[in-house]
Amino acid sequence: MIRMCDLPRYADADMEEIKKMKEAHEVLNQVTYDPTPLHRGYTDKRLKIDVTDNSVSIIDIPQEVKEKFTGGKGYCLRYLWDATNPDTKWNSPENAITMSAGPIAGITQYGGTGKCLVCTISPMTDIPIDSNVGGYFGPFLKFSGFDVIELTGKAKEDVIIVIDGNKGTISIEKAPLEHKDAHILGEELTAMYAEDENDRKNVAVVCSGSAAEHCNLSMLNFTFYDPKRNVVRLKQAGRGGIGRVFADKHIKALVCHFRGVKANLNDVYDIKIINKDGLKFHREVATQDDKQNSMRKSGTAYSIRTLSDYDILPTHNYKYGGTDKVDEMAPEVWREKWLTQGGADGCWYGCSMACAKTADHFLLKTGPYKGHRVCVDGPEYESAAGLGPNCGITDPQVILELNFYCDTYGIDTISYGTMTAFLMECYENGILNKERTGGLELVWGNAEADLEMLHQMARNEGFGKIAALGAHKQKLYFAEQGWGDPAFLNDIAMEQKGLEYSEYGCKESLAQQGGYGLTNKGPQHDEAWLIFMDQVNNQIPTFEDKAEALYYYPMFRTWFGLLGLCKLPWNDIVPADNSLTDEPAKVPEHVDNYLDLYYGVTGTKIDRDDMIRMSERVYNFQRIFNIRLGKGLRKNDAIPYRSQGPVTEEEYLSRQERYDRQLVDLVGYTREEVEKMTLKEKMAATRRHRESEYEKLIDAVYPKRGWTLNGVPTVAHLKELGMDLPELLEIVEPLQDVQP
Amino acid sequence: MKLNNRPYADWHEGLTIRGVMEHMNFTWPKLVVKVNGQLIWPEDYDKVVLNEDDDLKIHHLLGGG
Ligand code: SF4
Repeated sequence: MIRMCDLPRYADADMEEIKKMKEAHEVLNQVTYDPTPLHRGYTDKRLKIDVTDNSVSIIDIPQEVKEKFTGGKGYCLRYLWDATNPDTKWNSPENAITMSAGPIAGITQYGGTGKCLVCTISPMTDIPIDSNVGGYFGPFLKFSGFDVIELTGKAKEDVIIVIDGNKGTISIEKAPLEHKDAHILGEELTAMYAEDENDRKNVAVVCSGSAAEHCNLSMLNFTFYDPKRNVVRLKQAGRGGIGRVFADKHIKALVCHFRGVKANLNDVYDIKIINKDGLKFHREVATQDDKQNSMRKSGTAYSIRTLSDYDILPTHNYKYGGTDKVDEMAPEVWREKWLTQGGADGCWYGCSMACAKTADHFLLKTGPYKGHRVCVDGPEYESAAGLGPNCGITDPQVILELNFYCDTYGIDTISYGTMTAFLMECYENGILNKERTGGLELVWGNAEADLEMLHQMARNEGFGKIAALGAHKQKLYFAEQGWGDPAFLNDIAMEQKGLEYSEYGCKESLAQQGGYGLTNKGPQHDEAWLIFMDQVNNQIPTFEDKAEALYYYPMFRTWFGLLGLCKLPWNDIVPADNSLTDEPAKVPEHVDNYLDLYYGVTGTKIDRDDMIRMSERVYNFQRIFNIRLGKGLRKNDAIPYRSQGPVTEEEYLSRQERYDRQLVDLVGYTREEVEKMTLKEKMAATRRHRESEYEKLIDAVYPKRGWTLNGVPTVAHLKELGMDLPELLEIVEPLQDVQP
Repeated sequence: MKLNNRPYADWHEGLTIRGVMEHMNFTWPKLVVKVNGQLIWPEDYDKVVLNEDDDLKIHHLLGGG
């Protein structure tokens, strides 16, 4: 076991080099301002920076915006809408990147209270993407006087933006010499803007990586300095290509320096309530985590083996739900052999759940940093599953190497994993071959080819240029080239709305098919994770039950993004007596904690229904934002058949007993009829049934959400929510009677 | 016997809750178990013997994501 106390510290950055880099900066604009102190979680100020003309504006946030949008993702979407128009594309100068931490973010008493939300119009989906990220930037931005930052325009050359929340300065500087890869750039800027070693923890950097200039799958890294290891840690706003937009604006990095984090910088209404809930939470983690998920030891990767047991772990591009090689990457393997134990691995102060694990002094075997020993953040479950079994890989060494390079190049591990799995299946089916991939033999489990493709993506070379498109554009390109049957490509490309699926197989859970398909941004599981409730527990058997779950959970989980919270402390640990409650799946005591925290910070009492209402306002706003940009209707919620059922004969045959039985139990054939059917007939009957179930699910979910059968929020529902804003009505009114 | 509202075909004399879990390969760490509506704590999974007409619920609490 690797223990924190035995670890050597990482080497310091070369300060001479850093000095030279700093001297090469040219300040394009610097403004001073008086940081507005927080009051009850808010500063009510918005910072707007346009890098075309280097203008900096500090603008009041009106009370009405606060009431309707709350903060976090709500603010991000509101100001993204205002910055853009129906013709805005991801690379239009007016496309904004908005970041906001939400009113609860920055308290240090409770776990998971440092999240920042990031939105932009995505190069992958052409609609708003939202991503939730740890690291210190979100809270530091608040402490520096801003509830939200909005970045627009395009710089001519690479710039960095530096906010100093103590001095009250904002500067935009040309920064030509710094490296682009995140693990180095993060170190350089942290060392550059810290006054001394002790001050490094007060610097937060947002940056992408060298792939971001040409790769649609690019994300943003958010750093925090880890004093014990003497290294800059990287957390990711991963989904939807936000890093590509950042690089397109020629923003190399965004830095926030703030010294003086303490317990009550939010100037909360009643700190006693917050302290009380915080203590209760920490006690619960201390006594329950080892008995429940062991998040402190294995991080979120704890679930890999169990998900394989339940046929949910995506394997070979979601063909199967598990692998008999899963023990090679079981939780105890990560725990005993790779992940450092005993570190305070919270991605914000006060998170005792501490799931942000690292593999330390990891020796790289490929790529530009071959031979270097580095700190790898992760792997989180999604990275391990996507980079691993989904591509036929179970070797932790390879998964960590892929994880490291994705992070430093600025590539989203989830999209990369799912996209590579798609490419491998294309290769296995002759849609791709060595000639088309420039020699990369992308067969299942070929780690060498996988890593080489990743390096090519970062260098913008060879097949890496095609990989950089993402699965949606790849499938269109392959079809255009006459490589493979377009229908088959549509079936196996696990993307929807342009975004790659996250890492759960959902063939046996209709509710989760909706949990992915009926999302605003595309198939990410953060809105609803219903597989157990549906597939295993059979708690939501009817369409009505599933619709209720697909109403409640997305709204409930949206709330975390409005407030600046991490979702994991809600249900990856539960009170010891949670089983005794009426609805253990909702973890009622934790929901009450959140209501308390909201009251303790803002001074406003809300109940569970209010919580859902707050989310619904923003959720419907986002849906209409999608419609404004030409998506957001029923047809856009269609999903690839691979997520619904067996596409290939080998898939059907691998679970033949189950599928045959379902033809009797669910579709209505007799046993004798099934016995006489050919494999093709059985597959066709299964497909007809499953596709029609999904349509019935949509018919049940949309009205529950207050939408027409075409997926458009009704005027009456918007009125009920107080969201009958003229700009929304203008879009939805003409669509009220349009049939799907 | 029913498991999660579905008929459970593998009931036999002396079957315990642990036996069902092993048979079903239920390895998830956060479970809520009830027999005929009555909560069973983990320390009793080996002891509780199931009858042929029991209504067993083994609910997995979501996690992840
Ligand atoms: S639970 Fe994990 S991801 Fe969430 S705030 Fe804590 S350390 Fe970060």
